[in-house]
Amino acid sequence: MSINGKAYIVGAFEHPTRKAVDKSIAQLHAEVAFGALQDAGLGKDDVDGYFCAGDAPGLGPLNVIDYLGLEGLRHVDSTDTGGSSYLVHVAHAAEAIAAGKCNVALVTLGGRPLSEGSAFGTAPRSYGAGVPDDPFEIPYGRTSTNVYAMCAMRHMHEYGTTSEQLAWIKVAASHHAQHNPHAMLPKVVTVEDVLNSPMIADPLHRLDCCVISDGGGAVIVVKPEIARSLGRPLVKVKGAGEAVKHQAGGYIDLTYSASRWSGACAFEEAAVKPSDIKYASIYDSFTITVLVQLEDLGFCEKGQGGRFVADGNLISGVGRLPFNTDGGGLCNNHPASRGGMTKIIEAVRQLRGEAHPAVQVKNCDLALAHGTGGLMGTRHGSATLVLERE
Amino acid sequence: MATFSSDRQIPAPQVDPTNKAYFDAARDGRFLIGRCKDTGRHFFYPRGVSPFTLSANVELVEAKGTGTVYSFSVMRTKQPYCIAYVELDEGPRMISNIVDCDLDAVRIGDRVQLVFKPAESDGFQLPMFTPIPARTTT
Repeated sequence: MSINGKAYIVGAFEHPTRKAVDKSIAQLHAEVAFGALQDAGLGKDDVDGYFCAGDAPGLGPLNVIDYLGLEGLRHVDSTDTGGSSYLVHVAHAAEAIAAGKCNVALVTLGGRPLSEGSAFGTAPRSYGAGVPDDPFEIPYGRTSTNVYAMCAMRHMHEYGTTSEQLAWIKVAASHHAQHNPHAMLPKVVTVEDVLNSPMIADPLHRLDCCVISDGGGAVIVVKPEIARSLGRPLVKVKGAGEAVKHQAGGYIDLTYSASRWSGACAFEEAAVKPSDIKYASIYDSFTITVLVQLEDLGFCEKGQGGRFVADGNLISGVGRLPFNTDGGGLCNNHPASRGGMTKIIEAVRQLRGEAHPAVQVKNCDLALAHGTGGLMGTRHGSATLVLERE
Repeated sequence: MATFSSDRQIPAPQVDPTNKAYFDAARDGRFLIGRCKDTGRHFFYPRGVSPFTLSANVELVEAKGTGTVYSFSVMRTKQPYCIAYVELDEGPRMISNIVDCDLDAVRIGDRVQLVFKPAESDGFQLPMFTPIPARTTT
């Protein structure tokens, strides 16, 4: 069974906050749920499927469903693949809708790492008690940044990728962020600015890293009949893929990600190819994340990512593949340190023609949203959505 | 300017019933890795099943303690340190630290050898690696 055409995204909402000192995590989930339902023209009692991941407090769905006061749910899914979870949720929602298990699915994300003072990228952190790989990695100072940095180092070694090329990814994001009034880093930067920013973990500079922000987002996925009744622009889920990559007993290759598999699945289901995509939301925890995923998704050959991203090729109106036109995680926000939700939301804006006019892609009828969660250099999940404006 | 590795405080690993034998051996200065007895292949990190077959027909074997830097990054914190994937001569790549050297001089492909470093508490030691000096001909 294919999910192509079986479900539509009819609501999308990004929380405007970037520092939520006075809001709990549950409150952020509630506010984004309300915002997405309003955007869709639906009410809370229409929701019969609920999706959340590890950013939700406690027992996830149980605590959030209670806080939101949702009644009559028939379907619940708390799949957690880190920052890519929300793309998985949209795919799973489409599957559940196609199987008749729910009609209106709500997916929420919310978190406040900035208010909580998290040194998310630079402090070794465990994902919880009993994680079997932690004792073999945490004592060595494994952090998000230095694990992605090792991917970058190896990519440079094998393919000659340069820091200048990586910097272009940040430059492109900053060109988009200047038009976003909510962006944390709205200033346009140059390649030199990136290279002159402090080194965090060789070869990644501070400006190669995403921001730490509070906030959240939500989307509403519904069955076709409901979508057509709402009068909102129709954003169809056309294809989806999800995959996990890990250390393989120690035989890990750092030069590629699970995007290779999730992307192939999504393109096959959607029956389109990378060159058909008009706009792409690409997970951008670090500049290297973007480069590796672009290769693995097939936007360029493996090893050619550096050349592909250089010279403004990702800038809307300038290059061949406009990406992250909200400024992405690199400049706009990275709520709950999980960037997948905002990737979906900006793709929906582009397909609806609701992106900022300065970055809106002309005739944007086919978009890709993609996420990679966990740590690309150890174990991670990738998820890809192909979305179409009908 | 060279960056020398300092004596970073190394947190003690969380020991569980399955990894205890590995960390006990490390305490005694022995570096063990997993071996799948069905396929003969070594693996890391060690665990109670083979990541190749899921069979529990596995053992811990002593590694030679030599390898090559597969990738690395110097964390530019107040006390800089070098994290690396070291490809052991037995095959598996493991996360570790490169120590006792100029961190700015570490390169992919460097040959390295085992050195144990003490962790914070209870006599724990962890396997780390240091560059093997290039053989000089006289």
